[in-house]
Amino acid sequence: MSAFIKAISYYLPPSKFTNSDYFNVFPEMAEKKNLERVGVKERRIVDPHLTSSDLGVSAAENIFLEHKIDRNEIDFILYCSLESDYLLPATSMVVHKRLMLSGNCGAIDLSVGCSGYPYALSIAKGLIESSGFKNILIINSSTLTKTIHLKDKASRFIFGDGAAATLVSSRDDNWGIGEFIFGSVSKMTDAIIIKDGGARNPISESSYIDYKDDYGNITDNAHLYMDGPSVFNFGLKAVPQMISDLLIKSKTELENIDLFIFHQANLFLIDSIRKKLLIPEEKVFNFMETVGNTVSASIPIAIYEAQKSGKITSGSKVLLAGFGVGLSTGATIIHF
Amino acid sequence: MDISEFIKKIEAEVEELTPGTLKPETAFRNLTEWSSMHALIIIALVDMEYDVTITGDDLRKCTTINDIYNFVKSKK
Repeated sequence: MSAFIKAISYYLPPSKFTNSDYFNVFPEMAEKKNLERVGVKERRIVDPHLTSSDLGVSAAENIFLEHKIDRNEIDFILYCSLESDYLLPATSMVVHKRLMLSGNCGAIDLSVGCSGYPYALSIAKGLIESSGFKNILIINSSTLTKTIHLKDKASRFIFGDGAAATLVSSRDDNWGIGEFIFGSVSKMTDAIIIKDGGARNPISESSYIDYKDDYGNITDNAHLYMDGPSVFNFGLKAVPQMISDLLIKSKTELENIDLFIFHQANLFLIDSIRKKLLIPEEKVFNFMETVGNTVSASIPIAIYEAQKSGKITSGSKVLLAGFGVGLSTGATIIHF
Repeated sequence: MDISEFIKKIEAEVEELTPGTLKPETAFRNLTEWSSMHALIIIALVDMEYDVTITGDDLRKCTTINDIYNFVKSKK
């Protein structure tokens, strides 16, 4: 008996923010050819009155419809997002209600960002292989653009909103979701942070005082702050190490992996990591050009597209690596 | 390593730069509007070519290309 990824669907909000929209807002950035190396041409932006659970519910309805899944058979819902509808109850409960799931279905929230997909998969695998559940619905949803300062030219270029739904089920094989490696560089909690608005620093007048970083990005303490160079250095160091550790733990070699899907942070970072690990270009699948960085939804969206384009087929061994806010890392190998 | 080789590598990576325009004494922030993408390019280059980590704080202390070069050399 083992846990495997049975189905994935996703949902993107309809409103687009293209590079040409971006250059209208930040005309000084239009001359920078290097921006193309970030790998994003357009992103979807959630309507201000919608929340991450709205996108998550749409992704879940898509998976039920697209893969003909009976919602009454869901045993557990793992709702992974950095944004919640209320201070309490948990957003997974709101999603459970709106999806009209069974009264016997468990529901918890996972407040994990860009490393959230491997985390959710590991919990789903545990619920199936250790506790005997059969169908776990993972929802990864991000509305991070709502937290980005309008004058933050770096984050507005990178991030887009979206949600993915993944059904993890049990089957009578001994392969599916493999080993995991996780990591926490908690000394870097300040590298990606929204400082005010939680219990530690309630919103006050000072939350809205603008400040500028070394590169002209403007934000304030009520909005997202990201120390790009520090996060980049973390990615260059932590991700190759995590992948080496995972390959050792899985008793496999890099050459035996058919495809690598990294969290779609930024194409330049992914490509730098790829070069450090000497992975051939054709073994890395990216999908961020039309969606941007959708936080924990980025890996399942890329898997969906890789399956659609025939890059992942039955039998493929795919290494997934998530990394980001925390700063946190997680990786696993999926045998499709 | 020597500085002319270091400069050539930066010029090859930063697309807006015409080869030959960069000098050791160039204040790199004035060349083109300095963005975080340029910082990432230098971080990646120094990491991959010289196996040296240069942080945002280290870069903040540098004014010229020569300052970056000396930082990397001191870590080798």
